Amino acid sequence: MARSITQRRKAINTAAAWAVGLLIFFPILWTILTSFKTEAQAINDPPLFLFFDWTLENYAVVQERSDYMRFLWNSIIVAGGSTILGIIIAVPAAWSMAFVPSNRTKDILLWMLSTKMLPAVGVLYPIYLIFIRLGLLDSRIGLVVVLMLINLPIIIWMLYTYFKEIPGEILEAARMDGATLKEEILYVLTPMAVPGIASTLLLNIILAWNEAFWTLNLTAAKAAPLTAFIASYSSPEGLFYAKLSAASTMAIAPILILGWFSQKQLVRGLTFGAVK
Amino acid sequence: MGRITLDKVTKSFGTAQVIPPLDLTIEDGEFTVFVGPSGCGKSTLLRLIAGLEDVSSGQIRIDGEDATMTPPAKRGLSMVFQSYALYPHMSVRKNIAFPMRMAKMPQEEQDRRIEAAAKALNLTDYLERRPGQLSGGQRQRVAIGRAIVREPSAFLFDEPLSNLDAALRVGMRMEISELHKKLATTMIYVTHDQVEAMTMADKIVVLRAGYVEQVGSPLDLYRAPRNLFVAGFIGSPKMNFIEGPEAAKYDAHTIGVRPEHISISADEGPWSGVVGVSEHLGSDTFFHIHDTGLAETITVRADGEVSFHHGDRVHLTPRTDVIHRFDTAGLRINQ
Repeated sequence: MARSITQRRKAINTAAAWAVGLLIFFPILWTILTSFKTEAQAINDPPLFLFFDWTLENYAVVQERSDYMRFLWNSIIVAGGSTILGIIIAVPAAWSMAFVPSNRTKDILLWMLSTKMLPAVGVLYPIYLIFIRLGLLDSRIGLVVVLMLINLPIIIWMLYTYFKEIPGEILEAARMDGATLKEEILYVLTPMAVPGIASTLLLNIILAWNEAFWTLNLTAAKAAPLTAFIASYSSPEGLFYAKLSAASTMAIAPILILGWFSQKQLVRGLTFGAVK
Repeated sequence: MGRITLDKVTKSFGTAQVIPPLDLTIEDGEFTVFVGPSGCGKSTLLRLIAGLEDVSSGQIRIDGEDATMTPPAKRGLSMVFQSYALYPHMSVRKNIAFPMRMAKMPQEEQDRRIEAAAKALNLTDYLERRPGQLSGGQRQRVAIGRAIVREPSAFLFDEPLSNLDAALRVGMRMEISELHKKLATTMIYVTHDQVEAMTMADKIVVLRAGYVEQVGSPLDLYRAPRNLFVAGFIGSPKMNFIEGPEAAKYDAHTIGVRPEHISISADEGPWSGVVGVSEHLGSDTFFHIHDTGLAETITVRADGEVSFHHGDRVHLTPRTDVIHRFDTAGLRINQ
């Protein structure tokens, strides 16, 4: 009796999980499929699913019209740079909050998170003005700094949760063994937190890669990453769905591949602490 | 050298005072055990000596020099933690080498000391393994190895055996005692287990709620406990306490009789009662006697061959020359 219920439950859960998974994946799948259609087929009614004339023409046009590699390179620098800079700042911050907490540590953590609740557009104007003053508009360095600041609360929060899992006695042992604070963080804490740091790194690369608001608003041509590359294919003169889809596919392909290869690490990292 | 002096040391966490003003001297080369029930402040005291916690007031001197504000690394002490606190990402060799690496010791000297420590602790075959691949006892030996190689002026042990199973614990107890004989270095050892304290210590410090209840050799504490707390804490099974008219016969508010100082017989003795639970250990049998009119239970230690059954009426004879007398405040009345 009990067995049959759990069996049925299992089947329902599996079906529901597949349904949700497919629902989430469907837009991406549709984008990829559309990128291989002609413009006419792309807007065909009823929509064509798999049976159309597969073509690479859109990719050729996109490649011809814009310099994909330049956008890609900007994306790599902006996503990678902001993540690395963020980690360098976040490791000592998370260390202090995890291992030498004060009465206010929880408040500080919440306050940092609360900055994420502010709509980004609310600070667009001041940041835009600051960027004009400092001559940072349309510069990679400016984007790196802004994206780092945007994601810093998340980086610190994630590292904080990983560090909390590391027994304090091990760090105390390092102190007894004569390690300075720097040596303690460098030789003991960081190597022990490598899985956590790796997950944080991956998640933040993905977040920074996909970030569109700031990248679109603060760049023009020089520093524009792949988000701007996609946006340049949706214009008021009319939508070219197939080409837009081709551009989108090219923009998300690198991060999709990265995510695919690192999914184990990501899932482990994101459920760390919750599931032991 | 490793003479450690605590001078009016106190420690408070917020408004809670964990250690009231405390004076204590640990002589060079001495094996001192801090013992007491959980929450008595013994680990805090050790951490104050280690420098892992800051004292709230008072002074800590190591070999006569004020070390109150000295960071842990500079105190020349080594610590072995309850959880072993090994570096999980390093091999056994690297774990043992870590303090020497931090001290920037020449590589040849490091290797020499690692080999010597590994040999002494039977770790030679495990040097390239990670701590995760070792048993509890081996991990504990690695932690000890890491402590030895620095050649500290004193070792601090924080309940190092409580994560080991009973058989291993007895073995490690011997190993640590032998290590102390060999190195003749000051050792401070924290435990809640009075058996560990009795078997290992040169000097026992009994703590309760941060107060030092008594300091002395194991036998001093066993023979002449200063108050009821120490009398009840040292010795296993626990001392029997008797109040009322029986105690008044000895001019005391409370008298204490150890289970091993009571003889049990079927037909004669001044006290009598009914056998409750008997614990047969083979070599000894512990009888828990009820309905004596003296205390709720009187525990008696008898020879393993002595056999009484649940519900038997028995007679007890205490050895009057080793009865401990205490006054109304619970303090010992000297003979």
